[in-house]
Amino acid sequence: MTIQDIKDYLEAELVYGEEFLSREVHNACGCDMMSDVLAFVKDQSVLITGLCNPHVIRTAEMMDIICVVFVRGKTPTEEMIEMAKEREIALLTSNHRMFTACGILYQKGLGGGDLC
Amino acid sequence: MLNDHIHLSYEIVSEDFARAGEAASDVKRVLKKMNVKPDIVRKVAIALYEGEINMVIHSLGGTIDVYIMPNEIQMKLEDIGPGIEDIDKAMEEGYSTASETIRNMGFGAGMGLPNMKRYVDDLDIKSGLGQGTRITMRVIL
Repeated sequence: MTIQDIKDYLEAELVYGEEFLSREVHNACGCDMMSDVLAFVKDQSVLITGLCNPHVIRTAEMMDIICVVFVRGKTPTEEMIEMAKEREIALLTSNHRMFTACGILYQKGLGGGDLC
Repeated sequence: MLNDHIHLSYEIVSEDFARAGEAASDVKRVLKKMNVKPDIVRKVAIALYEGEINMVIHSLGGTIDVYIMPNEIQMKLEDIGPGIEDIDKAMEEGYSTASETIRNMGFGAGMGLPNMKRYVDDLDIKSGLGQGTRITMRVIL
């Protein structure tokens, strides 16, 4: 699945990262607690979150996450967009709620990793 | 690739959430530039980020020193207090003394210290109530 696919499936708006739309995403993490995100390393993953502050971008940076989807129509601030640009992280915003957004992507074949 | 040891040093200010994570971010950049393996870079970055956030949330301020050596990366986090009352309890997943405000920022899930332990090869914590906390983490290259 590519970032473009995620954008389409979630009827999301691209906030930043036109040039990264063809990047392949291998798995996903849906979470509002950043320490939970930091607990499980995944490769080339997307973070789906309802949290909207600069630490989301920092957490994505530490985890090498390539795309962040903000649910419930949350829009990242200019500061967050600048941070994402420096780190080459694509940003999407979707009006879906967390559960629905995760469900759609799961149904389309995106996995979340092994049991804890 | 790695010649002599490199020393990076950062001052951490209590409750400075805007800058929290800059040290980890900088270390990550340096390691990437040095062509250190991506999984090692990620381990160091995550452990350091959690440590840095902990210091910003809980401590009265302190310093982070990172030593990049040919065989390992050592991270020393030292703060001036107020100290951890029960280290064993703090190491339990889900245990946190962080406030509601901190939780609303996405932290305080009680995963900080367990995450640090998860990603490093060696974690040593020296602390006590009314004293500073000294944490040493090592990642073997």
